[in-house]
Amino acid sequence: MGEDELEGKVALVTGASRGIGRAVAIELARAGAKVYVNYLSSARAASEVLDEIKKLGGEAVESAFDVGDSAAVKSAMGDLLKSEGCIDIVVNNAGVTKDGLLMRMKDEDFNRVVAVNLGGAFLVTRAALRPMVKARWGRIINITSVVGQSGREGQANYAASKAALIGFTKSVAREVAGRNITCNAIAPGFIETDLTARMDDKQREAVLDMIPLGRFGLPEEVARLARFLAGENAGYITGAVIPINGGLYM
Amino acid sequence: MDIESKVISIIVRELGLEESEVTAEKDFIDDLGLDSLDVMTLAMAMEEEFDIEIPDDDVEGIRTVQDVFNYLHKRLK
Repeated sequence: MGEDELEGKVALVTGASRGIGRAVAIELARAGAKVYVNYLSSARAASEVLDEIKKLGGEAVESAFDVGDSAAVKSAMGDLLKSEGCIDIVVNNAGVTKDGLLMRMKDEDFNRVVAVNLGGAFLVTRAALRPMVKARWGRIINITSVVGQSGREGQANYAASKAALIGFTKSVAREVAGRNITCNAIAPGFIETDLTARMDDKQREAVLDMIPLGRFGLPEEVARLARFLAGENAGYITGAVIPINGGLYM
Repeated sequence: MDIESKVISIIVRELGLEESEVTAEKDFIDDLGLDSLDVMTLAMAMEEEFDIEIPDDDVEGIRTVQDVFNYLHKRLK
């Protein structure tokens, strides 16, 4: 598709101060969208994302709120919708991990991960849907994970939240398809971000052995897939879970 | 404004219909060509306008414009 295929569109990317969210925000801005860069506490990182976008000649606005907090989402989304009228593209990317083996996992470690990763997608999407339904156009893109498809030791909470996002994606896709709103999930494998930078050499080697393409993915690669899903060319794709994992899980 | 006029103006505004089309006996789905998402949108607009909560079960029972009038009269007594 052309250079500015998302010109005139407004996008919200949650958890956009770092990693995949950051790359998606930049890529959507590169495509011409006005991007709301949501983050929780990484104000400096978020402001760097804004700078990066402005350097490209794009438009971006900071939007700090905790996607896991119902009142905060209601308030922030209310303000956002009041000023924009409609958010055309929602990328539910905000995600946290609190790894540990299930037998020792604390209530709050389970609940918080589910509240942000799944609850956040619910709260933000619910708020954004009504104007999208009225506008008869929309794109909801949920960032799930290969881990939600295959499971992973030490990540029962994270995997549960990401697998749940898949059911959520398909249900929402069915509900709003009649309004030209597509809802899809992207399931990244191991991507070079803060989350994977924390792995030690032994862990990295072990993982790389399992990836047919023999490397981690780049956030930019996930972002380009999100950009494609946000555009008109992906108008017939909905309820899909698109893996981008180097062949790690098929 | 009485309830009927408010309802009609909400329907016109939320669903982009012509005021002349919106008469009491019209069925939302069969006559006005709307779908379940439209009816949901309408219910939400009614909730906001009249400051009430309309349970999903009640929404199920609303088929015509007259049903909306009747429902609101009952709820707002």
